[in-house]
Amino acid sequence: MRSKTLVPYMFVAPAVILFSIFMAYPIIYSFILSFQSGQGSNMEFTGLDNFARLFSDDIFITALKNTFILLIIQVPIMIFLALIIANLLNSALLKFKGVFRVSFFLPAVTSLVAYSIIFSIMLMNDGVVNQFITAIGLDSIPWLSDPFWAKASLIIAMTWRWVGYNMVIFLAGLQNIPEELYEAASMDGASKIRQFFSITIPNLKPVILFTVILSTIGTLQLFDEPFVLTKGGPSDATLTIGMYLYQTGFRFFDFGYASTIAYVIVILIAIMTFIQFKVTGDQE
Amino acid sequence: MKTQNKIKKVSLLVVLIIGALVSLFPFYWAAIGATNTSGSMFSKPPTLIPGSMLMENIRNLDESIGISRVMFNSLFIATTYTILALFICTMAAYAFAKFQFPGRNVIFTIFLLSMMVPYHATIIPLFKMMAALNWLNTYQAVILPNLAYPFAIFLMRQNLLAFPTSLIEAARIDGAGEWKIFFRIVLPSMKPALAATAIFLFLYQWNSFLWPLIALSTTDMYTFPVALSTLFGLSRIDYGQVMAGVTIATIPIIIFFLLLQRQFISGMLGSAVK
Repeated sequence: MRSKTLVPYMFVAPAVILFSIFMAYPIIYSFILSFQSGQGSNMEFTGLDNFARLFSDDIFITALKNTFILLIIQVPIMIFLALIIANLLNSALLKFKGVFRVSFFLPAVTSLVAYSIIFSIMLMNDGVVNQFITAIGLDSIPWLSDPFWAKASLIIAMTWRWVGYNMVIFLAGLQNIPEELYEAASMDGASKIRQFFSITIPNLKPVILFTVILSTIGTLQLFDEPFVLTKGGPSDATLTIGMYLYQTGFRFFDFGYASTIAYVIVILIAIMTFIQFKVTGDQE
Repeated sequence: MKTQNKIKKVSLLVVLIIGALVSLFPFYWAAIGATNTSGSMFSKPPTLIPGSMLMENIRNLDESIGISRVMFNSLFIATTYTILALFICTMAAYAFAKFQFPGRNVIFTIFLLSMMVPYHATIIPLFKMMAALNWLNTYQAVILPNLAYPFAIFLMRQNLLAFPTSLIEAARIDGAGEWKIFFRIVLPSMKPALAATAIFLFLYQWNSFLWPLIALSTTDMYTFPVALSTLFGLSRIDYGQVMAGVTIATIPIIIFFLLLQRQFISGMLGSAVK
């Protein structure tokens, strides 16, 4: 009997041991580090100094602003586009659904570094995107060298990468909306656009919330794209909190302050997730 | 009415085709770039057809990063990680799904809560730990940290909950050992879920960038994303070479995806979609 009660522990033991060493311990240790200052192993406890430093650190404030600008603009655009495409693909009129679905989803399997490189090359001053733009008679756009357009470049690239991913989630959600709702609305003479806003979106609300939370968490941690595509520039216009954490920790080896920045990301994710649950969950 | 329907159908198709082209063009552009000279990516009008520089670009790329070594590093790390993590996570998931034991809910809740903590909060202590163990720039430094991946445990647990407990009990009455039950009875019926979770883990590790960038420091240990970003960060960039690298790193995943679409999608979306 004794051996039998040990069975489940035997099954969880490897995961628990690895988790404790490589996840739990680092999470706790970096929390402690966030209250310390110093170089290498000469760390000393400095209370809330690191957190106070955040408020007077212009680069941190820039990174925070950039991250939120990207979040506030990119996530809604992407979710809205994904909803529209999912809706179009769900149309009964359409043939070759599978081909379209694969085409839209394909960007989501490419590595973040690979697609960032491709976009960076396409968006260069004399790159292919500007050649298309000038070919239709418009002025070329300083995609990567202008602070505004550099953010736009990131938003375009991230939207390209993630629209299909979210679209597939919405497609699955759409299957759960009863067909009768649309039939009744059509009988009442509601247009397709009207149906989209008054049937599709309300019914997909839990799924939309799920994707918004996922995207928010992802954007708050954003690192790969700005690191490769815009290198944080020009003049810190696309520096994100994730990149600033990397620079502080691994270029300046200020582990204490870098841990503080990491915990800013932890706190922001907790707050944003809580707000999103509150905003969308209260009516039910 | 009929012509109106037709117009709708055609315009729907046109919109979707444009969207699909936008989705696919960067892949095409990378592949074209891989077969042309560095300058051709900026030529007027743009070079939209394959050139003859592919072999030369690959040769140059090999000289800069050592393609076979980087490919081996990426494959070895991702494969070893996937096998070990799948095994460890499925075992834990099985305990959570099919056993009652003191501490179960507490441990499971801690795993779930940890999914909310971004990876960034662990990298500095991990770096110090690996430095103290003298493990920086080794395979284990990249493989070990995420072996117990809470999301994979959660995914497998959800799937294992549906496995009939009566089958496990019947096997116990027949005198089968717990390992035998796990390997011979439970796992064989979990193949679709295992495949989806394996794909999730593999893609996670194959595309992983921040931690390998920190943990690995020499070209012979680099994974593809780290090698490519380093190549792309040089002051003089040979774009043909870079595009060849991007294409080589991307094609295996695309082929793999086209062959196993269903498992890919359910693995990547966490089985939110069946």
